Amino acid sequence: MKKWNLIIDVAKCENCNNCMLTTRDEHVGNDFPGYAAPQPVHGHNWIKIHRKVRGQDGMVDAAYRPTTCNHCDNAPCIKAAGDGSVYKRADGIVIIDPQKARGRMDIVSSCPYNAIFWNEELQLPQKWIFDAHLLDQGWKQPRCQQSCPTGVYWAVQVEDAEMQDLVKKHKLEVLRPELNTKPRVYYKNLYRFSKCFIGGSVVAEIDGILDCIPGARMMLKRAGQEIASAQSDTFGDFKFDGLDPDSGDYQVEAVHPDLGSAKAAVTLVDSRYLGLLRLQQSESSTRAAG
Amino acid sequence: PDGTVRYTTNTNGGPMFVYVKDGRIVRMTPIVLDETDAPSWSIQARGKTFTPWRKSTLSPHASALKSMVYSDKRLLYPMKRVDFDPDGERNPQNRGISGYERISWDEALDTVASEIKRMKKEHGPGAIAIPMPSHHQWGNIGYYLSALLRFGNLIGFTRVHPNPDSWEGWYWGAMHHFGGSLRLGVPSFYGTVEDCLQEAQQIVFWSSDPESTNGLYAGFEGTQRRLWAKELGIEFVHIDPHLNPTAQLLGGKWISIRPATDAALATAIMHVWVAEGLYDKQYVADRSTGFDEWRDYLLGSTDGVPKTPEWQEGETGVPAHVCRALARSWGSKKTYLSAGGLGAGWGGACRSATGSQWARCMILMMAMQGWGKPGINFGNLQFGAPLDYEFYFPGYAEGGISGELAFTASGINNYQRMPHLITMNPVKQMIPRQRLPEAIVEGHSKGFMWDGSSMEAQFAPFEYPMPGYSKIHMLYRYGGSSFGTIAKSTRFEQSYRHPSIEFVVNQSIWFEGDAKYADIILPACTSFERWDISEWANCAGYIHHNNAQLNHRIVTLQHKAIEPLGESKSDYQIYLEILHRLGLGAMFSEGCSELDWCKRVFDSTDLPKYIGWKEFVKKGYYVLPAEPEKTRTAVSMRWYAEGRPKDIPEPHPLPSQFTEEFGKGLETQSGKLEFVSSSLLRGQADNPERPALNRYIPAWEGPHAKELFEKYPLQMISTHPRYSFHTYGDGKDSVLNDIDDHRIFIDGYYYWVMKINPEDAAKRGIRHHQPIRVFNDRGSVIFVADVSPLVGRGLMKTFESNADFDPVHTHGTDGVSDRSGCANVLTSPRPQQQGTEGMAANSCLVEMQPWTPPAGLKS
Ligand SMILES: Nc1nc2c(c(=O)[nH]1)N[C@H]1C(S)=C(S)[C@@H](COP(=O)(O)OP(=O)(O)OC[C@H]3O[C@@H](n4cnc5c(=O)[nH]c(N)nc54)[C@H](O)[C@@H]3O)O[C@H]1N2
Ligand SMILES: Nc1nc2c(c(=O)[nH]1)N[C@H]1C(S)=C(S)[C@@H](COP(=O)(O)OP(=O)(O)OC[C@H]3O[C@@H](n4cnc5c(=O)[nH]c(N)nc54)[C@H](O)[C@@H]3O)O[C@H]1N2
Ligand code: SF4
Ligand code: SF4
Ligand code: SF4
Ligand SMILES: [Ca+2]
Ligand SMILES: [Ca+2]
Ligand SMILES: [Mo+4]
Repeated sequence: MKKWNLIIDVAKCENCNNCMLTTRDEHVGNDFPGYAAPQPVHGHNWIKIHRKVRGQDGMVDAAYRPTTCNHCDNAPCIKAAGDGSVYKRADGIVIIDPQKARGRMDIVSSCPYNAIFWNEELQLPQKWIFDAHLLDQGWKQPRCQQSCPTGVYWAVQVEDAEMQDLVKKHKLEVLRPELNTKPRVYYKNLYRFSKCFIGGSVVAEIDGILDCIPGARMMLKRAGQEIASAQSDTFGDFKFDGLDPDSGDYQVEAVHPDLGSAKAAVTLVDSRYLGLLRLQQSESSTRAAG
Repeated sequence: PDGTVRYTTNTNGGPMFVYVKDGRIVRMTPIVLDETDAPSWSIQARGKTFTPWRKSTLSPHASALKSMVYSDKRLLYPMKRVDFDPDGERNPQNRGISGYERISWDEALDTVASEIKRMKKEHGPGAIAIPMPSHHQWGNIGYYLSALLRFGNLIGFTRVHPNPDSWEGWYWGAMHHFGGSLRLGVPSFYGTVEDCLQEAQQIVFWSSDPESTNGLYAGFEGTQRRLWAKELGIEFVHIDPHLNPTAQLLGGKWISIRPATDAALATAIMHVWVAEGLYDKQYVADRSTGFDEWRDYLLGSTDGVPKTPEWQEGETGVPAHVCRALARSWGSKKTYLSAGGLGAGWGGACRSATGSQWARCMILMMAMQGWGKPGINFGNLQFGAPLDYEFYFPGYAEGGISGELAFTASGINNYQRMPHLITMNPVKQMIPRQRLPEAIVEGHSKGFMWDGSSMEAQFAPFEYPMPGYSKIHMLYRYGGSSFGTIAKSTRFEQSYRHPSIEFVVNQSIWFEGDAKYADIILPACTSFERWDISEWANCAGYIHHNNAQLNHRIVTLQHKAIEPLGESKSDYQIYLEILHRLGLGAMFSEGCSELDWCKRVFDSTDLPKYIGWKEFVKKGYYVLPAEPEKTRTAVSMRWYAEGRPKDIPEPHPLPSQFTEEFGKGLETQSGKLEFVSSSLLRGQADNPERPALNRYIPAWEGPHAKELFEKYPLQMISTHPRYSFHTYGDGKDSVLNDIDDHRIFIDGYYYWVMKINPEDAAKRGIRHHQPIRVFNDRGSVIFVADVSPLVGRGLMKTFESNADFDPVHTHGTDGVSDRSGCANVLTSPRPQQQGTEGMAANSCLVEMQPWTPPAGLKS
């Protein structure tokens, strides 16, 4: 049986919110019996864009992660409902029955992803239904995918085994895998959101003038062991990404064939811009206050 | 399959399908092209083939439109201010204070018609002013440059003449170095998508955020092409006080700069080019004049100050080594300069006290790098797609049904292809848009012309009142955007309440902004509730080939998808009914319904060569086939770089403007790129704020304004709102309110967002998503703080153009703040430079503090 999955590429999301808006367009004021009752105009973010800003003045980046119902195969909401008022369709999509689930506020808190919203007026728990009503009419993709300008979303209807191949091929991850909820929503490039970087800028004083130095060989070390390398760019900048937050001590070394070397050390809590690394010819290189 | 009927429409944010069931809109989606629609173009670059998506891409404000149509802020009935009596007490002092009562259409229209007559009789010509905005719902019939101008001309009105707010520094500055007056001083863009993808090594985004502004009206059409550039390894640099969404998406080097200091950075880069020989000496020698004088300024031989990277650091905050690295990178790589959101023009930097200096530098930099050579041009892949540029379809600036030849581009094609009654405004009196409040309160005003027909038109001032005309005593305000979009906008409150203004009528769709200051409110409907016809993104006029942003040229019939809500009527219908009361109904309509006019427009275009009317009405849209590869346009300025006659499809400049032979050289007096501007020398040689040789002159409101800066040490920029189209989309209880970067909901109120740096926040005890009060001597506004390093220290960044104005007592005894987030309450109305009418919103000093709503303030 082919089932629906959704792949979300975090590196491509530019926070335009079209996905959130078109989902609202689809559901506010519209009743789709058997699928979903109308969504309230405000407050319910069936798709929600979360922002992560990393770094400090000098080197900053931002990433956006859309979150929505994961259509879990091992769904806590289905268990909490108990009576089939939340159920999984054969194609993998999880539906909260807009009739049966009335009054069931308890279902809202059963979702560890905060993907369910309480409709006060209708006394109904609600969430993103993967546009099941449209897929059933022959649509090939949900509206969030149709309206996304960068191709963040990729809804695929495949056998579970094929999906696992895609997971490996694109290095996909799910949110909070430790919960074992088995989401059908997968993320690509999630490191942009969940991991940290160490960055800096390599400079050197040449004839009394400070210049950016491209082409320095950069090494990232832990306990003397090189774990990553890079080259400083046009502006002398380098960035080691994909590091775990709160992961302890790192050393950074810059080596340039003509201009010498520089070193810096950091205890990584969150993404960190080290400022200027000044290349020196001597053994003892220093780091400017950054 | 679900019982809906599919209609087609067009919007400021892209064309859409509208699905309707039982008279109600169910959904709006992008137009997805099918096999019967024309094939798309493709581009080969560096061994890859690129073809665009086969759908229309929509801006967020378009995606949110259903909620705007069904907004509970819709005006559904004509209304009258409760204490306004046209035959008795008018109580102008209560405008914006007292409430409204529902009246009949007859009462409303009779009142408006009799006030129009009374104005003419009691005061004479000129007594009625029609302040109009710059934007509108999409279309050629209902557009303000169409129906409204036709109406205005038939009654006669004092024109409130806009400043070139989108162009500013380009119009008042850049133009004088290269011409381009018919584009108001911004460069053109033909062929640049292909050239950039094939040749460029680097794109420098300078005050440029196309992912927020979508060029203009273009959905996300340019986005995919910029992602191709990334895929090809083209490098990116972003010079902006804000790590803007384009920089966030594309990555690359962010050079955080203090607002309004860009001319210093640009000048220092050019200094490095001279010092290190990194410019195109041959091009400069052959294609420009006055370089020696400019070089001497850069080197400091004339004023003793070499404009080095170290010199600029104190002004811009950009480290000297970064400036030097950028100069070298730029001087040695084929670079596209994306100046402003269009790539070829605009940008928040052009709307500051130094806006002209910056825009002038952009031209001078390109002159030094060989503008027009392969891989060296203006652009960011937003404009210049390989489309068919000969197919004629009118854009809104062609005036639609207006018959107005002086203030639209109607005369060029539209008027001749669709003969209709000419109309003419007999009132020559004008008021500069930025000065309307002073004109009313102080009784006089002076401004400079926005007129792109030549480089010289801008030097002549115009004054109000004009001899022989009445002062204004009636405002026929269209829409309600003044508070959100015009500098120091609390001025409007005073002017609306001025006793000389005997009558204010407002024709609006939503109850917001200026609408709340009217005596009579006429409820207009949205474009979903009436007929219109249009091409996506086609403005024409000063933005010739604005559709060059698109992946596919798409022409639409804007179906009347639903009936007007409540008692609202189309603007066209409202005018018609007023004019009937003046005996001018037939003159206005020529007996045509709006759908009849659509057919007349259709017949006037090249569209009937491709599709019949009936089929077009049924299908709703037509996709124009892409230009065959062999006949694609040449690249802008390539002809100039190669010393050939002009060979791109723009009829610019006017034939008389060529100094030598027609088609050869630029519009400048020398016909070349001029480092020292001959038109400025001729026009305003004695203007110290606009010298013919560009110079960095620090902003009059900024760190150099010592006393003010001590009091208000934060520099605020207010740029174009990403999620709404100016006021269009904001407020109205629309779903845009649920976007964190647009508004934040706290205790029952949606606050407008102000981005601030963590250090500035900490200093003042401000937390993320806490309400703050931002103030200066001009006023006080409540925002919610968005604390992050996305803006540099000492800087604040918000959006202009919120839709409402909500003055509330918030602090002290008479401390009034606007709670809805009108950044323009805080901005200065001073022109950029004396002798111009340019706005300078992005030179604005403020202070901020945490704010708690005082007890009793209701949401
Ligand atoms: N601080 C600051 N201020 C700025 C700028 C900036 O960068 N910073 N930018 C400036 C620029 S470039 C511009 S273009 C201006 C834009 O400023 P405006 O043109 O004033 O803003 P809009 O929101 O486009 O105004 C359109 C108005 O027309 C109404 N309207 C639209 N369609 C219809 C219709 O069909 N019928 C009726 N009856 N009404 C309609 C809308 O409701 C709205 O009130 O703002 C300028 N102001
Ligand atoms: N969504 C949406 N799109 C729009 C509009 C809209 O209202 N909403 N308006 C349309 C209109 S009318 C226009 S004119 C265009 C405007 O298009 P632009 O003029 O290009 O847009 P802005 O947002 O004013 O400015 C672009 C960038 O300039 C930066 N900036 C501001 N001040 C400075 C400065 O002093 N120096 C530097 N280096 N950068 C600075 C801002 O941070 C911003 O990222 O957009 C059009 N597109
Ligand atoms: S994400 Fe939440 S609501 Fe969706 S299936 Fe999983 S547990 Fe249920
Ligand atoms: S539509 Fe795409 S780019 Fe826009 S916010 Fe959603 S996922 Fe991100
Ligand atoms: S003659 Fe007919 S169309 Fe003309 S103004 Fe009178 S009623 Fe209107
Ligand atoms: Ca052609
Ligand atoms: Ca000339
Ligand atoms: Mo504009």
